Amino acid sequence: MTSRYSFGGDEHIFVEVSEDMSLEAFFKSLSITNSVREAGIKGITEICPANASFQIKFDPDVIHPDDLMTELKRIEETAEHAEAVLETRIIEIPVYYQDPWTNETLMRFRERHQDPDSTDIEYAAQINGFANVDEFIAAHSGSPWFVSMVGFVAGLPFLYQMVDRPRQIQVPKYLRPRTDTPKLTVGYGGSFSCIYSVRGAGGYQMFGITPMPIFDPAQKVTYLKDFMVFFKPGDIVKWKPISREEYDRDVADVEAGRFMPRMKNVVFSLEEFNKDIDGTNAKLLEALNGR
Amino acid sequence: MAVKVLSPGLMTTIQDMGRPGYYHLGIPIGGAMDRLALRTANMLVGNDEGAAGLEAVFMGPELEFTSDAVVAVTGADLPPKLDGQAMECWTSFPVKAGQVLSFDYLRSGARAYIAISGGIDTPPALGSRSTYAIGALGGVDGRAIQAGDELPLGPSSADAAGKTVPDALRRAPGSPAELRVLPGLYWHRITETSGDRFFEETWKVAGEADRMGYRFQGGTPLDFIEREPPFGAGSDPSNITDACYPYGSIQVPGGTEPIVLHRDAVSGGGYFMIGTVISADMDLIGQLQPNTPARFVRTDMHGALAARQDRARMLASIREALAQ
Repeated sequence: MTSRYSFGGDEHIFVEVSEDMSLEAFFKSLSITNSVREAGIKGITEICPANASFQIKFDPDVIHPDDLMTELKRIEETAEHAEAVLETRIIEIPVYYQDPWTNETLMRFRERHQDPDSTDIEYAAQINGFANVDEFIAAHSGSPWFVSMVGFVAGLPFLYQMVDRPRQIQVPKYLRPRTDTPKLTVGYGGSFSCIYSVRGAGGYQMFGITPMPIFDPAQKVTYLKDFMVFFKPGDIVKWKPISREEYDRDVADVEAGRFMPRMKNVVFSLEEFNKDIDGTNAKLLEALNGR
Repeated sequence: MAVKVLSPGLMTTIQDMGRPGYYHLGIPIGGAMDRLALRTANMLVGNDEGAAGLEAVFMGPELEFTSDAVVAVTGADLPPKLDGQAMECWTSFPVKAGQVLSFDYLRSGARAYIAISGGIDTPPALGSRSTYAIGALGGVDGRAIQAGDELPLGPSSADAAGKTVPDALRRAPGSPAELRVLPGLYWHRITETSGDRFFEETWKVAGEADRMGYRFQGGTPLDFIEREPPFGAGSDPSNITDACYPYGSIQVPGGTEPIVLHRDAVSGGGYFMIGTVISADMDLIGQLQPNTPARFVRTDMHGALAARQDRARMLASIREALAQ
């Protein structure tokens, strides 16, 4: 992988680690951005890792853009050889698939969709070769997912499926973006799942909804009292399909301050993962389920 | 010490110099779209340059003062009135308790900045009072001001009324507006002819023009260089594997209508970008009304840094003029 460096005006350096998405590209981007943070270079104001790229914002009155570019390329050489091991956490996110709220919304925007006669999840199941929606949900919720980027809007995670490429779900975005998406919709576009942290415009297909808030500017939700944003890049997520009853119970628990997401600290090694994907995932799920 | 909102105008938000440091979580820097105008308004009333003021779009609010204060209005030419009597823009004037500040019709520009001595003292969120409505952060309960709101003011020092900014130091876009651009990012995805044409044509500001971004219309759609879509990017030639978006970056979904991201930018997404408006010209975008003709002007890093120096000198001149 040869990274491509470009200036984004006089205040940003944009680095594309790879045009293609892969866990290797994500790990390299995360490793370089961690090294940049540790280097404490004066003049850097924002360090933003993304799926297969990253961006540095800086003050050109403090550091000349060319000098920062040279420094970043030097850091990349060192970071490239860093071991791809991550101390992180795995979190179970409940999902009420095919819920009435995203269904009502997708029906309002049928003319912007590739297949107006089916729902988003029916379409995704069909073009990915699943016999029915249940099989599709089993695949979507069966393996863990990597949070490879947080952004677009406040606290929204992009999630990448931790399976080999032939098994990866791929779904195009809407033909034209919707002007509305319910808050906490679980969506899909390209090879990424996401959770819409706030209500608003969106182009990802809508599969369901989670009862678990992931962004709370008022910081009233129990597990968001320390910080208003839940996710960070490197988090691992396991979706858990839930029923309407479980959804209602979780929403009531969130409101009463009783809800705590199930999560465990884990260590993830990219090398071990690549040697044995299913075995590594099984271990992650064992850790999550506390055996 | 407070200001009562009698009517909010069209879209009036509390803004300061923004909240850097959270873009990696999708929370944009925010703050005044026209930074120089807010700094100047604050200087006129004796505030710190970064104090929170009001950003009023196209139409002014109506405000009743509960205590004496000094006020200045800069940016767009939106003439203030005090108890119905016309006042000057870019000039600080005293307001007595009980008086009402209102505004005449917009003459030019798009966003007026209203500074009040003491600054607006709503509670900061992540280090800033700026309103980021999408994330319900800052401002009054994370939203634009509404009739009935009482905006608290900070303690104010000297009586700074009667100061005025010399004409030469009031920056406004020309016609067509010229926005200097550093090509880059995914510039290589379009043909050379198409890139040249992007800079030659005159565009105009579309109706979708807000704090998140400004859309432009009227130019020729871009011609892409053919490629195999990268894994994870999507099939449209304008798609990329979702990446970060620089402030000022110009994305062109489908190759048709360029969008320049501004202070409340979405932090990333799956559309390619052909370059970035330089930092020195970001303020100007905030003063463009829909249908304003605009041209993108190619520059290089040397030009971008020189323009940044010019802006710094202009700010220094304003400080000097108002210090006397």
